[in-house]
Amino acid sequence: MNALFLAFAHLRWTWARSLVLILVGALILAVPMVTQTLLRGSEDALTRRAEATPLVLGARGSQLDLVMGAVYFSEDRAQPITRAAEDAVWDSGLGLPIPLNTAFQTNGARIVGTSLDYFDFRGLTLAEGRQMAILGEAVLGADVAQRLALGPGDTVVSAPENLFDLDGVYPLELQITGVLEPTGTPDDEAVFTDVKTAWVIAGIGHGHDDVVTADADGNVTANAAITEFQRITPENIDSFHFHGAAGGYPLSAVIVAPYDTRSGTILRGRYLDPENPVQLTDPSEVIAGLVDRIFRIAALLDAVTVIIGIAALGAIGLSLFLAWSLRAPEMQTARRLGAGRFTILRLATAEIAILLSCAMVLAAGIVLVVNANGDQLVAWLLAF
Amino acid sequence: MIHARDLTFAYPRAGFALNVSALDVAKGERVGIIGPSGTGKTTLLNLVAGLAQPDTGALKVADHDLTALDDGGRRRFRAAQIGFIFQTFALVDYLNAFENILYPYRVGLGLTLDRDVRNRAQALAEACGIAHRLKSHPNALSGGEQQRVAICRALITQPGLILADEATGNLDPETKEVILDVLFARAAEQGATVLAVTHDHDLLPRFDRVIDFATLRQPAEQTS
Repeated sequence: MNALFLAFAHLRWTWARSLVLILVGALILAVPMVTQTLLRGSEDALTRRAEATPLVLGARGSQLDLVMGAVYFSEDRAQPITRAAEDAVWDSGLGLPIPLNTAFQTNGARIVGTSLDYFDFRGLTLAEGRQMAILGEAVLGADVAQRLALGPGDTVVSAPENLFDLDGVYPLELQITGVLEPTGTPDDEAVFTDVKTAWVIAGIGHGHDDVVTADADGNVTANAAITEFQRITPENIDSFHFHGAAGGYPLSAVIVAPYDTRSGTILRGRYLDPENPVQLTDPSEVIAGLVDRIFRIAALLDAVTVIIGIAALGAIGLSLFLAWSLRAPEMQTARRLGAGRFTILRLATAEIAILLSCAMVLAAGIVLVVNANGDQLVAWLLAF
Repeated sequence: MIHARDLTFAYPRAGFALNVSALDVAKGERVGIIGPSGTGKTTLLNLVAGLAQPDTGALKVADHDLTALDDGGRRRFRAAQIGFIFQTFALVDYLNAFENILYPYRVGLGLTLDRDVRNRAQALAEACGIAHRLKSHPNALSGGEQQRVAICRALITQPGLILADEATGNLDPETKEVILDVLFARAAEQGATVLAVTHDHDLLPRFDRVIDFATLRQPAEQTS
């Protein structure tokens, strides 16, 4: 009891040193567990979602970029393909194509232009409001709605992509009609809208005042200025139209859900030609490869963690040793006052026990917090 | 209180040897020890406190034969019978004044800290004039206040013998007098014997007896 009292008093007196030792100790204990938790969570989340996505159609190139962009809405995105690629899947009658345009963002969330099939395909249900129905409407993922404190009736504005390009992408106000139930997947961090709305954001479709007007005498004149609408309303929705061939409109990727195994095999066969600018990938295969690589890196990370842990323990030991060296006069006084032979050992043990206990409690707290928020953390990590 | 005969003690590596032919100090006596540096005054205090074992001779302190006690026995003897006061005060920096007074009960073998001890510490602090500084840490106390805390710490176990090693060496003349007043008054209250090493000749008249350390090597003690 006396040893604990003195140890606690000393640790409190040297609180800054004690705090550093506790933090370092806690990190040494917590980091391997947190890493394992996040790795396991990432593996589960990646694998689960990849396995729930049969095939992804996209531009030839990095399969990983294609899958990460189409399945997890990450920053890594493949080159866009055209709507003609989606039409080709429709025309084949071998599977259901679900278009994805993930080129734009709003308030740090990815705008996913897609079709209503996506919601059925992912099993997404509305927590409040209604599904998007017309151009300019959007449905929020649960986390986005919570983070931005938005709900049905509110609006979000797409982020301008290039401020100084007169022919570029301009912000479009999206009317929020519903909020999705949380799923613990990247869908929670997305803003869903119809793919046509994404094309309006891209500037392919737009609405504006009449180009020509006729006065009372029937004289037809051209407008001096044409004002493009930044908001789609019941009054101006009819003026929205698209330019160019529909088959050339851009898509980031197309999720393809084959009607059966045979259809899937046939479809995959059609995109094997390396000269074909479009490829069809199986996300579960791509992610399996990624997870395998991650775990190989994790093994290296574990080794590094062990080395750093040993170095940190050495530093802690040195710090304690130096602290005890500084306390030599106190120990001499204690000896003169009749301290027992093992008093110093008891004091040192008590101090280490207190530091270790605090570090363990802190480490347990860190691990608990990470475990409790594992899904969100994994989703956040995967978003990069 | 102290009876020593033909004590010898040597630090072979340092080439130092202590030789005390006879030393007798009565209970309640206040004895000052003077002598040049390096003659073994502190070593004598260490022998009397049981911190070191004489090589030869007889040494009895407070009816304990120190030459017959083992290490644990000497530690218990020291915790119960000896109060130490040092020139550098030797207070524990991370404890406040009150906890410094109680420090022997935190580390001393065989001592139990209870409510009576705490009350005694409070009373000692009041008697030494530092009751208002009990929550302060040593770095916030003046030299005189620190030495008062050290005196309280030396007296808290109600020892039979107080050993003071240059206890006023770091204090100004005025504070020296006050500290010695406090030490002697509290020691007298408890009936404790005081054996103090000092270089301060101005303080010698305050002692019942002064021993010139050089004379201890002689068959008889020289008294003032």
